[in-house]
Amino acid sequence: MILAWIILLLMGTGFLAWLTSRWSDILPRIISLAGTLLFLGVVLYLWFTHSASAVPSGNAAAGAWIIHYTHSWIPAFGIHIILAADGLSLLMLLLTAFLGVLSVLVSWKEIKTRVGFFHFNLLFILAGITGVFVSLDLFLFYFSWEVMLIPMYFLISIWGYENRTYAAGKFFLFTQASGLLMFLSILGLYFVHGRSTGVYTFDYEALKGTVLSQPTAFLLMLGFAAAFLVKLSTVPFHSWLPDAHTQAPTAGSVLLAGLLLKTGAYGIIRFVLPLFPQASQQFAPAAMILGVISILYGAKLAYAQTDLKRLVAYISVSHMGFILLGIYAFNQIAMQGVIMQMVAHAISTGGLFIIVGALHARIQTREIGQMGGLWTQVPKMGAMGLLFVLASLGLPGLGNFIAEILILTGSFMASKILTIIAAVGFIAATLYSLRIMQKVFYGTVLKKWEITDFGFREMIVMGSLAIVIIWLGLFPNSILNATQQMVQGIVQQVNITVNGPQNANTLQNASR
Amino acid sequence: MSELLWLIVALPFAGSLVLALAGKSLPRLAAAMIGVGSVTLSAILMLFVCLDFLHANPAGTPVHQMLWQWINVSGFSPAIAFHLDSVSLTFVFVITFIGALIHLYSAAFMWKEDGFARFFSYMNLFIGFMLLLVLADNFLLLYMGWEGVGLCSYLLIGFWYKDPGNGYAARKAFTVTRVGDTAMVIGLFILFTNYHTLNIQDILQAAPHTWAPGSTIAIITAYLLLGGAIGKSAQVPLQTWLPDAMAAPSPVSALIHAATMVTAGVYLIARTHVLFELAPIVQTTVAIIGAVTLIVAGMSALYQHDIKKVLAYSTISQIGYMFVALGVGAWSAALFHFMIHAFFKSLLFLGAGSVIAVLNNEHNMFKMGGLWKKMPVVFWTFLIGACALSALPLITAGFYSKDEIIWQAYASDKGSIVLWLTGLAGAFITALYTFRMVFLTFFGNAKAEPTYRPGVAMTLPLVVLAFLSFAGGFIQLPDNMGHVTLFSQFIQHTLPTTVTTASGHAAEWIAQVIAAIVSIAGLALAYRIYYNKPFPAAEPVRNPIQRFFFQGWDFDLVYDKVIVQPIVFFSRIDKNDIIDQFYTGLASIAGLFNKGLAATQNGKLRWYAMALGIGAVITLTILLYA
Amino acid sequence: MTIPMEYGLLLAAILFCIGLAGVLVRRDVIFMLMSVEVMLNAAGLAFIVGGAARGSADGQVMFIFILAMAAAEVSVGLALIIQLYQKFKTLDADSASQLNG
Repeated sequence: MILAWIILLLMGTGFLAWLTSRWSDILPRIISLAGTLLFLGVVLYLWFTHSASAVPSGNAAAGAWIIHYTHSWIPAFGIHIILAADGLSLLMLLLTAFLGVLSVLVSWKEIKTRVGFFHFNLLFILAGITGVFVSLDLFLFYFSWEVMLIPMYFLISIWGYENRTYAAGKFFLFTQASGLLMFLSILGLYFVHGRSTGVYTFDYEALKGTVLSQPTAFLLMLGFAAAFLVKLSTVPFHSWLPDAHTQAPTAGSVLLAGLLLKTGAYGIIRFVLPLFPQASQQFAPAAMILGVISILYGAKLAYAQTDLKRLVAYISVSHMGFILLGIYAFNQIAMQGVIMQMVAHAISTGGLFIIVGALHARIQTREIGQMGGLWTQVPKMGAMGLLFVLASLGLPGLGNFIAEILILTGSFMASKILTIIAAVGFIAATLYSLRIMQKVFYGTVLKKWEITDFGFREMIVMGSLAIVIIWLGLFPNSILNATQQMVQGIVQQVNITVNGPQNANTLQNASR
Repeated sequence: MSELLWLIVALPFAGSLVLALAGKSLPRLAAAMIGVGSVTLSAILMLFVCLDFLHANPAGTPVHQMLWQWINVSGFSPAIAFHLDSVSLTFVFVITFIGALIHLYSAAFMWKEDGFARFFSYMNLFIGFMLLLVLADNFLLLYMGWEGVGLCSYLLIGFWYKDPGNGYAARKAFTVTRVGDTAMVIGLFILFTNYHTLNIQDILQAAPHTWAPGSTIAIITAYLLLGGAIGKSAQVPLQTWLPDAMAAPSPVSALIHAATMVTAGVYLIARTHVLFELAPIVQTTVAIIGAVTLIVAGMSALYQHDIKKVLAYSTISQIGYMFVALGVGAWSAALFHFMIHAFFKSLLFLGAGSVIAVLNNEHNMFKMGGLWKKMPVVFWTFLIGACALSALPLITAGFYSKDEIIWQAYASDKGSIVLWLTGLAGAFITALYTFRMVFLTFFGNAKAEPTYRPGVAMTLPLVVLAFLSFAGGFIQLPDNMGHVTLFSQFIQHTLPTTVTTASGHAAEWIAQVIAAIVSIAGLALAYRIYYNKPFPAAEPVRNPIQRFFFQGWDFDLVYDKVIVQPIVFFSRIDKNDIIDQFYTGLASIAGLFNKGLAATQNGKLRWYAMALGIGAVITLTILLYA
Repeated sequence: MTIPMEYGLLLAAILFCIGLAGVLVRRDVIFMLMSVEVMLNAAGLAFIVGGAARGSADGQVMFIFILAMAAAEVSVGLALIIQLYQKFKTLDADSASQLNG
């Protein structure tokens, strides 16, 4: 029930923010801040009360939900409101709440027009994302998937930068088209399951056991994968991302990079692997190759960009490649790395986007050719930039390193060649990351900008991000423990279906 | 005392954090106190731990300290834990002790610079990471230190960030070493896949039972680790970043690019000696790389004008000696030379830094001269350092350390006459370029006036280091001269003894005499060419061969043409992402359809009527005749 | 003497074509409306001819319908023309091409 209340809280706050905007511009901000803080508080409470119970017990089967809530919605079609959370969902909710608070804070001064409607959209995106992370009914999942899409379209097309209409349209078309493919797959699964058992339902747990012929399973799996790969901005389906990220307002970019991309990874882990374990095994080599291509091609494009925000956007493409590589390695080490990467990337790229946004607000340009030597004037911003740039190049001691090393160690067991190629991504990451520092903060002053350093509000935002990214790097276990049971379950399930129980055990032991 | 080990590492990190957070608001003196103090405290603690280690366990049992479980995923469970044995203790000693001296020196050297607190924040961070590197009990933590020192090197080379050239040098250093690091990471993947742990000691114990000597996997792994080592230690072919790294302030060059970080490769190979012994061909490669490097860098040092560049190439060359020692299995000789080299090379860098500072940032040796009377302390200490570097016989520590390597290059079971001759040639070149530097800088006509005299904070470290460069050698004397083996015994708690084939004091005597003659000959030649000779201060026109050596054998040129330019070109041509153009093309095709169909809807009634009429005629015709 | 049906139908076809040509060629809305009337009458003539040939009254009944429809159409059409004239100050049909795509 608490999960339903969270979603209602976000939607209610959104409406309230919109309503109050007719009296003042400050009210919607305060209301949204209060709403998201309350959200964060509730999720933190859930995290601390439940993360202890998420530590592996004897039963490792996936399906050990911490919170579970069912309510009938449209019984005629077997549609229910099933909300449930395990370690992974809770972690994602925590991330959602954290970034939610930050995105309200970073919009504080940036958004000056239609403030109420902006916050309405912001909170509805958060509600949609929350829905995606906790829905266990496929219809409800698709519904939430669309709910987070439409307000994001408005966010980009109304409050975006110069080329916003194009970017918003592109974003919408890509995600909508791939989302429809997924909906077709959901319906396909629904009917196949209905025909064979006589029970027509969208319930995830029920559909998980559906017996599918191999070609059908592969086709249905592709439908799901299409939606998630596009969302994950895998090369060659990535080209919506640089435009959308570049044109969105800062809060939009933070949410896009931090959460929307993660819904793709979450979808693969939660739905594609358990629903189609065999088809996923078939798909794995292709997916891993796509992952490696994304890592290198994204890095290459990032290195070439002169628009700072676009550069950061391509970094996301590169980092998402690691996620894809890790998921399809099918072992716990890589999968835990993926989860770590989902969190660490959200923090590091979020930090970079906020810095770019702050710079743009001060000098009205994102061209790195116009910057240079800014450290003297904005040392705090420079130091923060340095920290997040280092995170993105995978410096040990920061969160991204843990993620990438786990992913690569895991994928090395699955494919040596691909991992070695992916490791070249480390060198590429050095090139594009250090280029940011050099062109923006170091070097000669090209234009004399009169700019102010980070203020109090911005330092709170950046400081909290900095603490989190360092915490992730030094104490990653606090997160890895919470998701271990879930990851173990999924990895076992995928391996059991293919190799039979015996083989799966030996595989498990081999990775031990 | 050993349980305070973590504090040695934590203090510099804490100092760095405080300076990074509050540095701007602190007065200079407070910043200096924190920066220097944290490292000095570490050094003092280190002395206690050191005494404790020597007294409490004469057998040299390693001390292990676990702080917390870092990662724990399905068997992948490196911890934040330290492993202290005689090898790491030697490194910790050098890092904290020389680190503290250099910090003290820097406080005076950097006093007038902007970003004083930032400088010390980076320096402390470096010490912390370097200690992490040498104390790590598992490869992942070692890698964290490894990357961390690379980062600090990057930050400090680019410390004067307003000059884009410094930024370029900094990025070059980081990127080139990262190439090696990536090889090393792949090596770690192989190790983990085979041993299911990253704990160094566990792997070293398991390796001889798992891998056959000379097996492919052992060779590949050792090569990959070697990749990391040559990147960090600036050995051929990844040496090109170090000369550029001289853009850093002089104390940084002394600390990072002479005494500590660049010897991390030596540490890595010594630490993982078991893996290298399992792959004899790789160990031979280590020796060859070292031999090639010491000649390549030595020749380049001969042609430099910038005093710091001479020292940079000299460092590369001296690390080449250490690699030769590692390659022939003379583990303790390599570490002994590492320690002595750290003393005299940081001394030389600090001395050079003082000269550069008092001459208003003049780097060109040909514009100096006659400084020996004006800066006596700097001169005498520099001279001692130079003697140690040239390995002048009997009185300098450098003689004992380098002589042992040259001797082992011949006498060890893996040694050969070629390596020995290379070592001797290197020794000759070393003496030549070293005294070229001394004569040009301190003798002859004065071409520039010192603007001030270095204070006590700058001269004290010089004196201490000079003493060590002189006396440090007496803890390890060859068997034919006193046979003092304090150091090698200490190291042999951890590393195996060197296997020598050629023995007998006669051979060793001859070898030593030859080595002594060679270095004195180098000195004499330098004296003939450079002592008190008038040289034009301007950069000379170099013939192609001189230019080739001056530019470090044109490695940079080749890399630029073969690697850098293609990458830049490749990224330029596809800036706008060809894949995006596919989607844009799709969109424009849809747009074309839209245009075509929209043209039919021109809003003109008569056109519609006409279309209606034609349509009716066609329909009727089909109906009638079909 | 009876006139052959073909003659009557031919006359109706000729009238229809004249009307169609008028609609296509004239730009004046009034003339276009008149041409439409000619086309309607051509259709009516065809009905009458057909009815006469079959000896039934159906064709004439149909013509009455067409007359009524034409009257309604003219009234609506004229009303539109007045609106058009007020909006564009012209009776040129092409100037009202604002629905183009």
